[in-house]
Amino acid sequence: MQIAWTHFTPYPALLGGALIGIAAALLLLLNGRIAGISGILGGLLQRVRGDTGWRLAFLLGLTGAPLVWLLFAPLPAVSVEASNGALVLAGLLVGVGTRYGSGCTSGHGVCGLSRLSLRSLVATLVFMGSGFVTVFITHHLLQG
Amino acid sequence: MLLLTALLAGLVFGIGLIVSGMANPAKVLGFLDLAGDWDPSLACVMGGAVLVGLLAFRLAGRRSVSLLGVSMRLPSTTHIDRRLVLGSAAFGIGWGIAGYCPGPALASLATGGYQPLLFVGAMLAGMALFELLEARQR
Repeated sequence: MQIAWTHFTPYPALLGGALIGIAAALLLLLNGRIAGISGILGGLLQRVRGDTGWRLAFLLGLTGAPLVWLLFAPLPAVSVEASNGALVLAGLLVGVGTRYGSGCTSGHGVCGLSRLSLRSLVATLVFMGSGFVTVFITHHLLQG
Repeated sequence: MLLLTALLAGLVFGIGLIVSGMANPAKVLGFLDLAGDWDPSLACVMGGAVLVGLLAFRLAGRRSVSLLGVSMRLPSTTHIDRRLVLGSAAFGIGWGIAGYCPGPALASLATGGYQPLLFVGAMLAGMALFELLEARQR
């Protein structure tokens, strides 16, 4: 295993992670809700009366973040290698998978682990594992 | 007030994703590529987030209402079942294919062009499919 020293950005990663943690803390302590994106979205699709306002507000903040960022600085460069077909397949898998699995990287990975939830630990290990395997297959086995 | 705090939380979350580089699928895939040039950054993101989160959940304790007086809605399920495992496995595959998970994809919608849009559209379709299948079961 080679470490990509030129790409490794420990300090922005830690800082960004702390901000994500603060966001989760805000939603938890003030709104009494878990900052799990798939859950927030999924709950929106269920359209439960009285439970949609805060979801829309959160998602507005999340989707608006890059626009607020742009007021102060250019956005960091981003690279999406997946083909259109791959994006659609990936989206479907993430959509279905996060709902059956009751969470994603924020719900299980951040909030679940912070609550010391064994259920979330299992979920996190499983999706990390299948993520690792998938990338191994796509980057090292299927690659011509 | 509750809407404002939720909006703020979403904004801070999104900023966190951008700062950490997690809104960049290539960086996420760099973490998932153990056999290649491995970028451990995502682990640091998780670390930073969980460190703060641990504190937050300790502060929340066994509160039944939030600081703003609304009832706390925390998951109470503890059992580990096939849905959890298979769902997480499927999610991980999707994540490994595109390097997008729900948060980063949404944080990229406004400025990322058609690619996050395609992903989010498909993700919403997947979630809607789940709702359909669940409704059928009932």
